[in-house]
Amino acid sequence: MKIGVVTFPGSLDDGDARRAARLAGAEAVQLWHADSSLHDVDAVVLPGGFSYGDYLRCGAIARFSPVMESVIDAARGGLPVLGICNGFQVLCEAHLLPGALLRNAHMHFRNRDWKLKVESTSTAWTSGYTESQEIVIPVKNGEGRYTADEKTLDMLEAEGRVVFRYLDGNPNGSQREIAGIRNEAGNVVGLMPHPEHAVEALTGPFGGGTDGLAMFTSVLSNLGAKA
Amino acid sequence: MARVVVDVMLKPEILDPQGQAVANALPRLGVTEVSSVRIGKRIELEFTGEPDLDKAREIADKLLANTVIESFEVRLEESADTARTAQ
Repeated sequence: MKIGVVTFPGSLDDGDARRAARLAGAEAVQLWHADSSLHDVDAVVLPGGFSYGDYLRCGAIARFSPVMESVIDAARGGLPVLGICNGFQVLCEAHLLPGALLRNAHMHFRNRDWKLKVESTSTAWTSGYTESQEIVIPVKNGEGRYTADEKTLDMLEAEGRVVFRYLDGNPNGSQREIAGIRNEAGNVVGLMPHPEHAVEALTGPFGGGTDGLAMFTSVLSNLGAKA
Repeated sequence: MARVVVDVMLKPEILDPQGQAVANALPRLGVTEVSSVRIGKRIELEFTGEPDLDKAREIADKLLANTVIESFEVRLEESADTARTAQ
């Protein structure tokens, strides 16, 4: 199984995302922003960072890169796509996910471990968790305030498309404590916290947490079941 | 040469912490009569030929603004040079 990780100019966490994919048992493939080929990968991760300097708006310019045209087409066709942090912003800009991510309400960058509740396990990336499971994953953003109009928020709730919610406080002022959402089909998931930073005891959250690894193993077992 | 100006603003219902931070700094200047500050972007487009407002609107809608959270206005503006020549 091959998990492709896109590198945009300004990506920071592409290396960690590839490492997480490898630790989960996948072959990690580096995808380049200017190359429209997805190189036959079985799933794609859009990593954290500041693609194209985050100029104009976070993710706005990355959305028009050659690789994204292919990712958008493939995602509509069912390819599992996970957007982490900046990757989540890119997915919203690409309209693969509804809403937008804005400057944290308190203007501070937030960088710390955060407790999340898994609210939807019917996605390609979260089937390895249990419903309502509490996990700890690092939050690391300055523009992570999830925002959508009330109608969209109600629709996400009604359709069970809120995948992760912040617990014990809200690191950025996200509406309804939303940390991650999915598309209708469940193959596309975006979240602001960083599962790829919680995959090894040595470097994971305090206490050696590896709660992020299940996101990568989930997609592999789903792909395995399909094959 | 005429240029096209695109003004992009956060929609009124969207919280603008940047604007709030500026508003909170105003009393330090001795300003007390401003009740709200909101910050947007002004983008200037120069076309190689005649300015094309429809094209500018398309650019604004697709890239310059995210219409989920922002609204935009497109207008023609005579540059200072052109204005002076015209006089």
